[in-house]
Amino acid sequence: MDTKFALHGIDYLIMIVYFVFVLGIGWALKKYMKNAAAFLEAGRSIPAWVAGLAFISTNLGALEVMGMTGSGLKYGMLTAHFYWIGAIPAMVFLALFMMRFYYGSKARSVPEYLKLRFDEKTRGLNAILFAVMTVLASGISMYALALLLENVLGWNFNVSLFASAAIVLGYTYLGGLSSAIYNEVLQFFIIVIGLLPMAFLVMKDVGGWSGMQASLAPIVESKGFAADAWTTTWKYTGTGSANPLGVAWYGIFVGLGFVLSFGYWCTNFLIVQRAMAAESMTAARKVPLIGAIPKMFIPFLIIVPGIAALVLLNDPLKGFALPLNDAGQPIYDYTIIMLLKQYLPAGVLGLGVTALLASFMSGMAGNVSAFNTVWTYDIYQSYIRPSTGNKEADDKHYLKVGKMATIVGVIVSIAAAYIASKFGNIMDFLQTIFSMINAPLFAVIFLGMFWKRSTGNAAFTGLLAGFLVALVHHGLTQPEGATTLVKGGWLGVVHTYPVEMAQNFWTAIIAFTVATLLMVIISLLSKRTKSDAELDGLVYSMTKKLDDSGVVWYNRPWFLALIVGIIMIVLSILFW
Amino acid sequence: MLDIRFPIGLMFSIFGLIITVYGLATIGDDAMYARSLNVNVNLISGVCTLLFGLIMLFFSEPVKKLMKRK
Repeated sequence: MDTKFALHGIDYLIMIVYFVFVLGIGWALKKYMKNAAAFLEAGRSIPAWVAGLAFISTNLGALEVMGMTGSGLKYGMLTAHFYWIGAIPAMVFLALFMMRFYYGSKARSVPEYLKLRFDEKTRGLNAILFAVMTVLASGISMYALALLLENVLGWNFNVSLFASAAIVLGYTYLGGLSSAIYNEVLQFFIIVIGLLPMAFLVMKDVGGWSGMQASLAPIVESKGFAADAWTTTWKYTGTGSANPLGVAWYGIFVGLGFVLSFGYWCTNFLIVQRAMAAESMTAARKVPLIGAIPKMFIPFLIIVPGIAALVLLNDPLKGFALPLNDAGQPIYDYTIIMLLKQYLPAGVLGLGVTALLASFMSGMAGNVSAFNTVWTYDIYQSYIRPSTGNKEADDKHYLKVGKMATIVGVIVSIAAAYIASKFGNIMDFLQTIFSMINAPLFAVIFLGMFWKRSTGNAAFTGLLAGFLVALVHHGLTQPEGATTLVKGGWLGVVHTYPVEMAQNFWTAIIAFTVATLLMVIISLLSKRTKSDAELDGLVYSMTKKLDDSGVVWYNRPWFLALIVGIIMIVLSILFW
Repeated sequence: MLDIRFPIGLMFSIFGLIITVYGLATIGDDAMYARSLNVNVNLISGVCTLLFGLIMLFFSEPVKKLMKRK
């Protein structure tokens, strides 16, 4: 199957207009970048709705979009769990219970919160792991983008890589975090507007939702599932084997709904940074809730077209096919690319391609802008050159360091992209390692925020041991049919999971449990190192309750959370 | 600080305009729109995009200021 798009002049025109605006926003923000706080924290001046859209946009990178459409084809509507149960409860929890400590503690990053709450070594461990992982993640985004441009637009790999790196560097260097956030908002709208025509046309082609259901029934039954297994979310989760995801409802609840999603949404600085840049405490608490509302509807834009693609694949008259890899297997991640190619004529095609480009770039920019903050505040300022006390000189100096870190971050990303092009599997492995870091980190931050007795030594041990246990578990288990050691089993296989998803869930659950248990035991055995007064603003029971009575009722976080909850319940029932 | 509604509004107005004009110019081009199920998707999408852009512009600070002055 040929993956090449035939782009016309008008499509290139749209792309060029987009790049002009992206760099123009950076240019327009340049004059505000007077100190380190403006550059690295957006001066804590971003309105709630802007930060809220950036909050979900950061997560809506192109790899995510392509992967989710492919998962729609493979697993059907069950993929929507990643947007509903696997995101919303965590986002609501972050907003209602955690944001006030991140924002109110005056910490400038998640590692810095760990320093304030626990101690230096816990911050150091988290900061170094985070900095390394973010730069690698940004490199992988770059590699995937250049590969896509080569396969789809026929551009040269090296030129694509350096050109995209230059644009990202351009706008993050000029406008810092503000520029990254503003561009994420731009990207959010262009993804929606660029992909909507495709979603509309594919649904029209398969006869709407009911037409799709009817066409799916025989296809799905031949795979050994119930006729509506691809268009329901909870109905067949009584046992894992009855649904295409291979996970039962309790696995979805605990694995995805709790450990994985809370680990990701509540502790990943890349995400939390968007809310920490908000203009006020109320705004910061509203950010995840404002993001949650569009988040819940994204499945209709990217997952449902993937399900419809299964119908197209099985109808020879449609002439729809996926490209194959060397082993002759369809490449599911190309589903959305092939859908765009199938339906969009010149003009809207340019918008669609620009949407993909935009989401790749904002993914990179997000990583770079989180990296430079953690590098400057948590590594450079902590270990290399502490503040001198001269506020003005310090500020100038750290601004310079932050800007240098942006350049270095992009250069290291380019290097990482070339490493990834040598070892294709490194992408999978890094994503696995990321989830190993996040699950214990959530245990540590959760206990830190809600249990005043937890201590620094306990946090450090929990963080390290949780990560190591996850690594060992991954080394000892494998999903069925795994062909590479990247999928696990590099220490010898003692257990085989039916699907990779189940292995991921259990890795996270075990890491979280070990970190929690160790932290509780060590905290109880060790002396408290922080007094009650020191924990004011850092721990729930030590902090004065927030008073929302001065805020109009419809602007209160609790009211927004209620709306979010109702929408999620209604969607879950409609697509039960 | 810069009101993000302004660049968003401006950019999508330009996108909308380009695609609408292109959609108008290609009315009746059946070969081109065969892939999009005979829908002139450029015209529909262009008008919607233009509308979105104009709404964003209308609510942006620079435009509000301009209206007040007049």
